[in-house]
Amino acid sequence: MAADMDASSVLDVRNLAVSFRTDRGEVPAVHDVSFTVKPGETLALVGESGSGKSVTSLAVMRLTPPAPQASLTGSILFRGRDGQVRDLATLAEHEMQAMRGNEISMIFQEPMTSLNPVHRIGDQIAEAVRYHRKVDRQAALDRAEELLVLVGIPEPRKRLKSYPHHLSGGMRQRVMIAMALACDPSVLIADEPTTALDVTVQAQILELLKELQERTGMAVVFITHNLGVVAEIADRVMVMYAGRIVERGGVVPLLKHPLMPYTHGLLRSVPRLELAAFGQAKLEAIRGNVPDPTRMPQGCSFHPRCDHAELGRCDRTIPILEEAEADHLVRCHRWRAIASVEA
Amino acid sequence: MMVKAVDYLEEDPVLTVVKQPRSANRAWQRFRRHRLAMFGVFMIVLLVLATAVGPHLIPFDDLFIDIRNRFAPPLSGAHVLGTDPLGRDLAARLLMAGRISLTVGFAAMVISTIIGTVIGVVAGFYGRIVGTILMRFVDAILCFPTIFLVLALAALIKPSVVTITLIIAATGWMEVARVVESQIRTLRERDFATAALMMGASDRYIMFRELIPNAIGPIVVAATLCIARAILMEAYVSFLGYGIQPPAASWGNMLNNAQQYLGSAPWLAIFPGLMITLAVTSFNFIGDGLRDALDARLDVS
Amino acid sequence: MTIAMDDQHGPILDVQKLSKTYSVGGGLFGRSRQSVRAIDDVSFQIRRGEVLGLVGESGSGKSTLGRTVLQLTEPTSGSVLFNGVDLTRLNRRQLKPLRPKMQLIFQDPFASLNPRMTVGRILGAPFQIQKLRLSRAERDERVVAALGAVGLTEHHLDRYPHEFSGGQRQRIGIARSLVMEPEFLVADEPVSALDVSIQAQIVNLLLEIKRKLDLTILFITHDLAVVGHISDRVAVMYLGRIVELADTRAVFSAPRHPYTEALFSAIPTLDPTVKRNRILLKGDIPSPLDPPSGCAFRTRCRYALPACAEAVPPLREVGQGHLSACIREDLNLAAPLAA
Repeated sequence: MAADMDASSVLDVRNLAVSFRTDRGEVPAVHDVSFTVKPGETLALVGESGSGKSVTSLAVMRLTPPAPQASLTGSILFRGRDGQVRDLATLAEHEMQAMRGNEISMIFQEPMTSLNPVHRIGDQIAEAVRYHRKVDRQAALDRAEELLVLVGIPEPRKRLKSYPHHLSGGMRQRVMIAMALACDPSVLIADEPTTALDVTVQAQILELLKELQERTGMAVVFITHNLGVVAEIADRVMVMYAGRIVERGGVVPLLKHPLMPYTHGLLRSVPRLELAAFGQAKLEAIRGNVPDPTRMPQGCSFHPRCDHAELGRCDRTIPILEEAEADHLVRCHRWRAIASVEA
Repeated sequence: MMVKAVDYLEEDPVLTVVKQPRSANRAWQRFRRHRLAMFGVFMIVLLVLATAVGPHLIPFDDLFIDIRNRFAPPLSGAHVLGTDPLGRDLAARLLMAGRISLTVGFAAMVISTIIGTVIGVVAGFYGRIVGTILMRFVDAILCFPTIFLVLALAALIKPSVVTITLIIAATGWMEVARVVESQIRTLRERDFATAALMMGASDRYIMFRELIPNAIGPIVVAATLCIARAILMEAYVSFLGYGIQPPAASWGNMLNNAQQYLGSAPWLAIFPGLMITLAVTSFNFIGDGLRDALDARLDVS
Repeated sequence: MTIAMDDQHGPILDVQKLSKTYSVGGGLFGRSRQSVRAIDDVSFQIRRGEVLGLVGESGSGKSTLGRTVLQLTEPTSGSVLFNGVDLTRLNRRQLKPLRPKMQLIFQDPFASLNPRMTVGRILGAPFQIQKLRLSRAERDERVVAALGAVGLTEHHLDRYPHEFSGGQRQRIGIARSLVMEPEFLVADEPVSALDVSIQAQIVNLLLEIKRKLDLTILFITHDLAVVGHISDRVAVMYLGRIVELADTRAVFSAPRHPYTEALFSAIPTLDPTVKRNRILLKGDIPSPLDPPSGCAFRTRCRYALPACAEAVPPLREVGQGHLSACIREDLNLAAPLAA
């Protein structure tokens, strides 16, 4: 079953669906998500709150709560260092533990919560190294120092002895990246790693990630809500809305000529430096609110906010994700009509 | 240019609000699922009803001395639970004692909750010097063995239901104060407190109108556990003879009287002991259930 | 106390040499107490009906400045003249009648509304606090008007905050600041916690309200693009001081401080085909506990000279109403807009 994975990709997610059990019944968070990532490639997962982008990334790491609190279906094919393809969705927990932080790593938005405040930085990185590799303490500490150099932390030897609270937000994120890279993973999942940082520090971290990717050839799945960051870092983009992929494609076609009205609206609602309207002109906002997961609209989940919605169609059936151009998929009943008029 | 599309607006999405159950409802649902807590509620309701109505249904007064039926064992003749060394009906005495114990427990809880809340709010809201002084005062009282404090006070003051209640309340408010202080300390940093300040609200308004309602959950939990403690304390003090004075009955002084007949008339000790255990554990179960049900973290979907 | 001033033309807010110093550390173990200058000698004015954008990264002191202006935090020195009245000299009781005229909009729409109160009570609280002698009908009218101004209706009055989405809560927060019919608003990162598609709605809403009600706004944010959209003038803060202050157009087309240039450069553009020469700032904002001597930015500035370490450069006029605190006048800084 796992053998038919595309030889050029390292991660191949197929029909992933996740739902959570709550007081108010079964709440689906992610439906029918499929994507592939190639080595050296950055796939950006874009979406707002409730879009399912974070749940998707957690599911790939198998970090969603175990059944029965959450259910996970579909397959997550991953090509290991040994060339063998495994389905992470069905892997036993102890096998998954051997993968996590080793062949597939993750960094989070708030590094402070992922670092243990009572242990030195050096020990924490060394611990991450020793968890997966049988090396002695000194070798692990040497590796930790090497990693700190790699992520551009000044005075790495001194920093090994620092505690997380001695470091600034940007430095902590660098330490998290160092830990994630400890075992040279082939896939790095970055969940909003720059959202909590200042723009000048964000620019540094993005630059660092690009540089590291060039050097190691790892694939990056970058989760963000910031389209500017997407333009900066991504090769391909996947836009999610209300738990579904609504558009997927290369970064240039997707940001330059979006097909899904949601992507289009999102792009227009971002204030831009070069279009700064000192006259205080209105931004083109998308009306309405992000839908509540327990009360999804019928049909296309974006239709209540969409200017192009067609009564009787968009509010009835969920559109399929169809290929509009080569490697450019869109989930919209009316993309042809919209595209022809805009052209 | 915009494509001409059917203007589809079933409802203005800006205005749409998803009706959500009140958090109080969800808390109640969680509470109902807590079996031990529901057992506690059942027992307490039963106890309250029994002590309120029961004495009228039993043919004997709690002070009536049936001299011919001294030491009657349970289920022997007219006295269902037997009689004590003076021939007084044990069931009637247990229920009358229950009235006193529950009343003392409840009244002490109300008083200590009020004292604890006020001190906790003031300490938590002002923090710094005021807060430090108040909370160190609380710590100091907590360091002191409560039972000595109660006994010392009881020895100085003429015991009566009112004074016992006051003494128990005076030694039982610290837990509430600590709970409230820690709640208020975090709540006062929340933006809605600043918003009230921006409106020109007084400290008193912010403390009692804005902050306290958000600390109700933990206060209720602490108060429930406070009743359990007060009942236990009253039994303790009465057992040692400084509490409710005979001939009035209290579970504690009934236990005291039963001491010398443990071998010959064990029911004299078993029944009041059972009542104390039942009442105290019931309140503790309710407290646990409330704590779980009111845990605000569970409200985050 | 009131200084006579022409209300129509004078600034509504005149901040003079405002400083706020916190002392940290110390305590039981005999460590020496250190002082942190959260805001350091800040002066600016806001004209009536103007939107002044206040930009800075975390630790720049922008939020502290907003709160100190509103007297939620007591300044260490300096004055804040609001309609000619020095707020720093008033005690809480004297401030109370002025409160309705100046309001604060918060960043976090989840923390700023009391979860135990209905929307109706939240919006009615200001009347209760201010003990205004209004009839019930007048009061309801003002509450409904404020709700209407933010796009909500009276049907929402008996709902609790948790029933609303983030964007809707932010609307309620804005409505609360409007019920007392203020003249001046401090908006502290009002859109930072919101989803992208909702941010634009709230920015539009603020602009609309500002126009309708003739409000003056101090708009605090870390996002220069939002500032470019909403502000008439921009003040850029770094480590407690204003380093540049000018008309938005001037800042966007010809910035005069290297920090402003670097901030612009750090913002990612939406165009994936444009590869810019990015100015990457090294390191983080220095610790305010131990600020660099002279110009605080010199440690990260690529134009720094030895002279920059000598004295704190004053904020001086470098063009028509354009203030900058940089000693170098020879710089030709990159800008997102052509002049």
